[in-house]
Amino acid sequence: MASMRDIKRRKSSVQSTQQITKAMKLVSTVKLQRARAAAERSKTYFEHMYKTVQSILAKTGDMKHKYLQESENPKKAVIVITSNRGLAGGYNSNIIKLITRHETWKQEDVVVYAIGSKGRDALARSGYEVKEDWSDIVEEPAYADAMVLTERLLKSFEEGEIGEIYLAYTAFKSTVTHVPTLLKLLPVAKAEASEEEQEVTDNVLMNFEPEEEAALDLLIPKYITSLIYGGLVEAVASENGARMQAMDSATSNAEEMISDLTLKYNRARQSSITQELTEIIAGAEAIS
Amino acid sequence: MAESSFELKIITPDRVFYEGTIDMLEMNTTEGEIGVLPGHIPMTVIIKPGVVKIYETNGETKEAAMHAGFVEILPDKVTVLAEIAEWPGEIDIARAEAARARAEARLQEKNPEMDMARAEIALLRAIARISVLK
Repeated sequence: MASMRDIKRRKSSVQSTQQITKAMKLVSTVKLQRARAAAERSKTYFEHMYKTVQSILAKTGDMKHKYLQESENPKKAVIVITSNRGLAGGYNSNIIKLITRHETWKQEDVVVYAIGSKGRDALARSGYEVKEDWSDIVEEPAYADAMVLTERLLKSFEEGEIGEIYLAYTAFKSTVTHVPTLLKLLPVAKAEASEEEQEVTDNVLMNFEPEEEAALDLLIPKYITSLIYGGLVEAVASENGARMQAMDSATSNAEEMISDLTLKYNRARQSSITQELTEIIAGAEAIS
Repeated sequence: MAESSFELKIITPDRVFYEGTIDMLEMNTTEGEIGVLPGHIPMTVIIKPGVVKIYETNGETKEAAMHAGFVEILPDKVTVLAEIAEWPGEIDIARAEAARARAEARLQEKNPEMDMARAEIALLRAIARISVLK
């Protein structure tokens, strides 16, 4: 049995760890609330954006447009949104798995645009090409950052360096459910119009000024930007949610360990007292 | 004649910028400046940097600078998806003046390596900001 001193030392170490995890949990709870409010505020914007772009696409049918055409180039640009800090449970590794375990993607075809140093380092280690690093924007997602990134991606797309653009992020469903998601940004995929949507587009005959094709030129970059920005704010909310959960279970594990160690400590103390007593009695008997 | 007022919603990526019932809306688009009255035909237009003027039903007029985005116009409802929109109180006049001077200088230079379209947009933005404050 471990000595009393060892157990005591162990216990105080677990206790101080618990204090840290508890504090981290509180911090991420506050951050989560803020990030969630930001994600909800921006939601209306993306829903409208999505609806408008889809209704244009539905109307224009099989138009030949540079952003809609499938490309021959197998190179795929993947924007990978992870966190800069660890201790968030499976948050980062789930996103990385999304890429490394993809069924059809070949490693040499993937070009990584990393947002978040955890994802950048892990993918670089497993041999992926990390072309650009935007890790600092995950701390405080700004729409302007998403705009610059979109501009660069669209430029490489137009120049034919890349054939497809994907976004890998963690969708924020609720405080406890976060879904790692891989989203295709370009070429823009037309959603299967549900019956309800069909009705809406039939009822309203939308006019475009400028004409549809020119409107698409202007709208699609905005659409991509809004998707990237939306991915960013959701990922930040998910990161804090995941960290909160991880820290919560760490705190309760520490609690369990402490009660276990307290029990052990008490036992050790009792047995040492018993032993001392036996020794004294034995000593007294020997001299009498 | 349709109703005399319509709903306006201006949304930016990080907030709902304006929401209310109004009489008329004026703004700058890629096709020129337009005014929207109730009962307009359904139309989608693209915004160019400029001043947006909101004529509220209670007779007040509000102005704001709007730099990019697009507008979905329906007979009884107008939704503006603006990438950047600012109320006059949020604009830093000194910065806007500096930006205008910089953009004008760039356009004067006629440097072939300079991104002219970009400088032009920057100039339009600065002018929009300044004219909202005036």
